[in-house]
Amino acid sequence: MCEFNLNCYAHVILCFEKCYTNKVVIIIFLKIFKHCFSGTRFRPLSFEVPKPLFPVAGVPMLQHHIEACAKVPNMKEILLIGFYQPNEELNRFLLNAQQEFKISIRYLQEYAALGTGGGIYHFRDQIVSGSPEAFFVLNADVCSAFPLTEMLSFQKEHGEPNSFVILGTTANRKQSMNYGCIVENEESNEVLHYVEKPSTFVSDIINCGIYLFNPDIFQHIGAVFQKNQQDISVLFTEAIRLEQDIFTALAGQGKLYVYKTLSFWSQIKSAGSAIYASRLYLNQYHTTHPERLASNKEGGPKITGNVYIHPTANIDPTAVLGPNVSIGTGVTIGAGVRVRESIILHGANLQDHCCVLNSIVGWDSTIGKWARVEGTPSDPNPNDPYAKIDSETLFREGKLTPSITILGCNVTIPSEVIILNSIVLPHKDLNRGFKNQIIL
Amino acid sequence: IIMKALILVGGYGTRLRPLTLSVPKPLVEFCNKPILLHQVEALVKAGVDHVVLAVSYMSELLEREMRVQEQRLGIRISLSHEKEPLGTAGPLALARDLLNDDSEPFFVLNSDVICDFPFKDLLQFHRNHGKEGTIVVTRVEEPSKYGVVVYEADSGRIHRFVEKPQVFVSNKINAGMYIFNPSMLSRIQLRPTSIEKEIFPVMAGEGQLYAMELQGFWMDIGQPKDFLTGMCMYLQSVRQHAPERLRTGPGFLGNVLVDPTAQIGENCTIGPNVTIGAGVVVEDGVRIKRCTVLKGSRVRSHSWLESCIVGWSSSVGQWVRMENVTVLGEDVIVNDELYLNGANVLPHKSINESVPEPRIIM
Repeated sequence: MCEFNLNCYAHVILCFEKCYTNKVVIIIFLKIFKHCFSGTRFRPLSFEVPKPLFPVAGVPMLQHHIEACAKVPNMKEILLIGFYQPNEELNRFLLNAQQEFKISIRYLQEYAALGTGGGIYHFRDQIVSGSPEAFFVLNADVCSAFPLTEMLSFQKEHGEPNSFVILGTTANRKQSMNYGCIVENEESNEVLHYVEKPSTFVSDIINCGIYLFNPDIFQHIGAVFQKNQQDISVLFTEAIRLEQDIFTALAGQGKLYVYKTLSFWSQIKSAGSAIYASRLYLNQYHTTHPERLASNKEGGPKITGNVYIHPTANIDPTAVLGPNVSIGTGVTIGAGVRVRESIILHGANLQDHCCVLNSIVGWDSTIGKWARVEGTPSDPNPNDPYAKIDSETLFREGKLTPSITILGCNVTIPSEVIILNSIVLPHKDLNRGFKNQIIL
Repeated sequence: IIMKALILVGGYGTRLRPLTLSVPKPLVEFCNKPILLHQVEALVKAGVDHVVLAVSYMSELLEREMRVQEQRLGIRISLSHEKEPLGTAGPLALARDLLNDDSEPFFVLNSDVICDFPFKDLLQFHRNHGKEGTIVVTRVEEPSKYGVVVYEADSGRIHRFVEKPQVFVSNKINAGMYIFNPSMLSRIQLRPTSIEKEIFPVMAGEGQLYAMELQGFWMDIGQPKDFLTGMCMYLQSVRQHAPERLRTGPGFLGNVLVDPTAQIGENCTIGPNVTIGAGVVVEDGVRIKRCTVLKGSRVRSHSWLESCIVGWSSSVGQWVRMENVTVLGEDVIVNDELYLNGANVLPHKSINESVPEPRIIM
């Protein structure tokens, strides 16, 4: 078996959209970093599907971005820029999205991993064609309410006509250092100072990975590109990171502003954070897509809290689901099954009386009768409004830290066992229970 | 005579991960030759010209490689694909038509077994007693970990099998190689069936099953620890039968197998019990003991490796110490000056921190 395309660890998606009246362009970026720590954090789920297509709250991660983009007035085109090899799943997704949203969505493949700035710089001609006034850039692996229209209004009211806007949110002091930190002038909202992942506290306002630019940005990226060409210590001159190379330089120059949002936001780096992101989007469905939320019906399972159930799933009426559960296509759930805070991927079979808590059950997996599949949530502290999901590392002091239990594709769990805080790689047929382990 | 063999290849080879995350298990190189090829070449030498591979997971890579081997060895290789799990006997029923078309006996073997394959002797022994089946047995030190075979020392006639015996009963276990008359196939239905639990006891009860003791080394190389132990045994056997294949000279200790395209630097000490694959580069001042270094890897200078498997195209930095069945998957980069103790590293990872205690790096 091979992992889903060697180069498929989506790191950043920028959403690119062309809008002809107020001329807004949005870019979606698909980034890969081979051999990079974060490139493999979505294993074992990334063995089957590229991260941007992993279902969160019932639909592919990228779809939430596209739905938000579609709400910006006069959306005509979305560009996806990335390093992924073209593949069937991505193509099918793009085709469906085009048909559903009636927008042109094109995928531009990079020839090498060019970084967040390098990518848009490389395709700048495509981006500025049609002379858009401004364009959005969205990271793929963020979960957000995407307040794009608000960012547009903010940009028009604040600062210079051609200023750039970063979407920011508040984090708690300790966690802020895991993100890009923004120091702002509280009156003008200008960005005075920007540091990516500082080692000491700088600011509790963090970068959400959602930006509003205009074609002027390319002058600034171009300047860095020229500088790199002349600097012999820079090995790969085309790789330019927006955060470290561009924002840090632009801070304090009167060109960069921050729009702070109180709406929900989270990164989706590891499999565990997909469950938290699901919770945020499922909650949003009350206002955006109430039809996606299941309700208690005659002959249906008992629903608590927010639950998404695909219409092709087959669920016994004595099952109890929720809160925060997503059930994929063709899933079978037997009598007396309990599922809570979990994602059940398509084709999975949960047999009678089993219990699934804080877990991701992979495609076509089977959980035997009375089995207990349980993980430990890594959710942010609910008492701290600014807490973010932990940048979890799998191991701390040599021990596997308790985390979401993940079953890869086609895993079989026998009856009556417990699988606790464990990660099971695809195609494993277990014959006993496991705790706190990675099962190869 | 035309003879056939069925090799039980099975599925995803998960016990040999992370190697089998990149390559199907039969194609993983054991002492510089794919595991499957060790078995197929031995079968061909014994007169087999049709090999059936019973697989539960179809791999394009495996199919392609088998076409190549068909040409090269001048034999026929078929793939029998079980779409639902059939246990250890079911695959025979599935391949019934391929195995049944004449009255000659056919070989069956587990794909994880390595030894001095005794197929000619097995055929002779089987013909001599004239009954329906013969199992190869091998002597082990700790028989209670396995199922043991109880048989008459003189004739080889099997009386019974005992699963994981509590008291010493016998030290001979099933070595995973058999020969059967085609009539035996009528005993197996096309459903999940265990050959050890359901078929063999019945045959033994009817006096139709015999045991032949294997001489020489034997190993099930389905997991990394045993893969390395098996490698040591195999290299020792090469020393006995074809010592010219081993590399000797200054800087080489004990049994060392080096592919002609590999490059070894100055002031290295390689061995005992090392296999170096094609295109591997070992830089100066490296010490390697009891390891397999797979194709295309690089071991940089002054590093020390013991009991490791270095995966294809991996790169081990300078002054790295790796031990205790550390396994690097395909394309792993280990940075300079690190210590890896029992690390099990998945493909395409870059290791930037030491791993002082055994664990999996995903």
